[in-house]
Amino acid sequence: MIEAVSLRKHYGKTKAVDDLSFVVRPGRVTGFLGPNGAGKSTTMRMILGLDTPTGGDVKIDGKHYVELKQPLRKVGALLDAKWVHPNRSARSHLKWLAVSNKIPVSRVKDVLEIVGLTEVAHKKAGGFSLGMSQRLGIAGALLGDPEVLLFDEPVNGLDPEGILWIRQFMHRLAGEGRTVFVSSHLLSEMAQTAQDLIVIGKGQLISQTTTEQFIADATQDTVRVRSPHAAKLREILAAHATVTDDSVSGSLVVHGIPAQQIGELAAENQIVLHELSPQRGSLEEAFMQLTKESVEYHAH
Amino acid sequence: MTLLAVERIKLFSTRSPYWCSALALVLGVGLTAIIAASTDNGQLSLGVTQFGSSQLALSVVLVMAALAVTTEYRFSTIRATFLAVPNRTSALVAKTVVVAFIAGVLGEIIAFGSVGMAKLLSPASDLAINTSGEWRHVAGVGLLYGIGAIIAIAVGILVRQTAGAVAILLVWNMLLEGLIGIIPKAGVKIQAWLPFMNANHFLQLGGDNAAEQAGAGIDFKLSQWGSLGYFAGIAVALLVVALIVAKRRDA
Repeated sequence: MIEAVSLRKHYGKTKAVDDLSFVVRPGRVTGFLGPNGAGKSTTMRMILGLDTPTGGDVKIDGKHYVELKQPLRKVGALLDAKWVHPNRSARSHLKWLAVSNKIPVSRVKDVLEIVGLTEVAHKKAGGFSLGMSQRLGIAGALLGDPEVLLFDEPVNGLDPEGILWIRQFMHRLAGEGRTVFVSSHLLSEMAQTAQDLIVIGKGQLISQTTTEQFIADATQDTVRVRSPHAAKLREILAAHATVTDDSVSGSLVVHGIPAQQIGELAAENQIVLHELSPQRGSLEEAFMQLTKESVEYHAH
Repeated sequence: MTLLAVERIKLFSTRSPYWCSALALVLGVGLTAIIAASTDNGQLSLGVTQFGSSQLALSVVLVMAALAVTTEYRFSTIRATFLAVPNRTSALVAKTVVVAFIAGVLGEIIAFGSVGMAKLLSPASDLAINTSGEWRHVAGVGLLYGIGAIIAIAVGILVRQTAGAVAILLVWNMLLEGLIGIIPKAGVKIQAWLPFMNANHFLQLGGDNAAEQAGAGIDFKLSQWGSLGYFAGIAVALLVVALIVAKRRDA
């Protein structure tokens, strides 16, 4: 379990992470979602003791990362696949990691096998493709057979096969009762990977909920209604749902009740409808809607 | 011991330490060979056999030691290191011990290699190592390298960039301390307290060619071993500062 309590990281006036509290539970894949620059990586670095928080606290099973005796046996992390010396072989890279935490060196062979890098174990890591580097990073994270796993944007740069592999792999790890915390800026990816979601924007918590609930909330039905008796219809619908005017098309936008019910209400009151169209926003749209306020750099 | 093993694996699984060691050996022993070849047989003295090792090759060893740290920052493996060993002080001290030890061994190889090369090319010269001063002059090179490596690692930790660290070390060791002597009157007094000048003082061999040796003409206030202690003290102080900074800084 990872627990953050009003975690803060300020760089001068920039608040990279601001009063962020969340809990990551074991046995589930928890997605850490937010637009680029939302503070995901900074938060992960603070969890791992690389960066010191300006305020607040984050602990893994009640302990700070730096207090862990042999941290790789407790927490496996892949923050950046390029944190490898390019002239060092995959095997040597994993070997020094293993020795540092008194993990049997024989384990190196096992993890290379798990991620499918056995054949290139003696090749220099500098010559690896991004996909291979990601696999090497994952091998490093698995080395100590840890209970807690952190992955920062693990599918970046992977081909569809690699993405599928990572997705299934994370489910398997969570199925074994481990805590899996994975960040991404793509909701569509997280929707298929994570069971729980922690959504942040500009360093602040936007929501913490199950993925199912998040999607249900985010894509709540919206219906566009056009009628010559708009004013009357608006009055009737207002009792059941949120109604807003679309001044451009002169139609009403209704949130909260399905199209079917709107049609029935109109018939009961003998109101002519010219249009009754459900608007189902995509997941990405919903996500952008939610994080719109908190995106740091916009394209205009 | 675990951490020492880790740093040993890390150091020897990349190529730069091999290249730097080979280069230091070639430069150190090579310069002695050139001096020996251009001196009449029988005229060569022990005091000139260590020019290569104590000046030229030392610079390469400083670069090697700095690289051991700056490449970790360059490729962010320092973060992987701090994830595996969250106690940054232990991790960096282990690295310092391993690199300083290797530098020390390399220093002995180059120093005695230089004497061997001189004997080979100038068999009639008296190059026997008898007095304690002569032993210090040759075997002391290893100590110089080991302590120099500590300084280089401290600078590497503080600067984090290869180019910056190398520039600082080379300018400091090869130019700055010598150039301070230009300052009228005060220069020589200041030089008596500069670390690499004291290191040279430690190696100084009395006798005929004392005036030709590095650090000649400076009125050192410390004994030769005192100078070594002073050099080591500065190295350790720099390292402590570097460790404190590394501990506080975000990795």
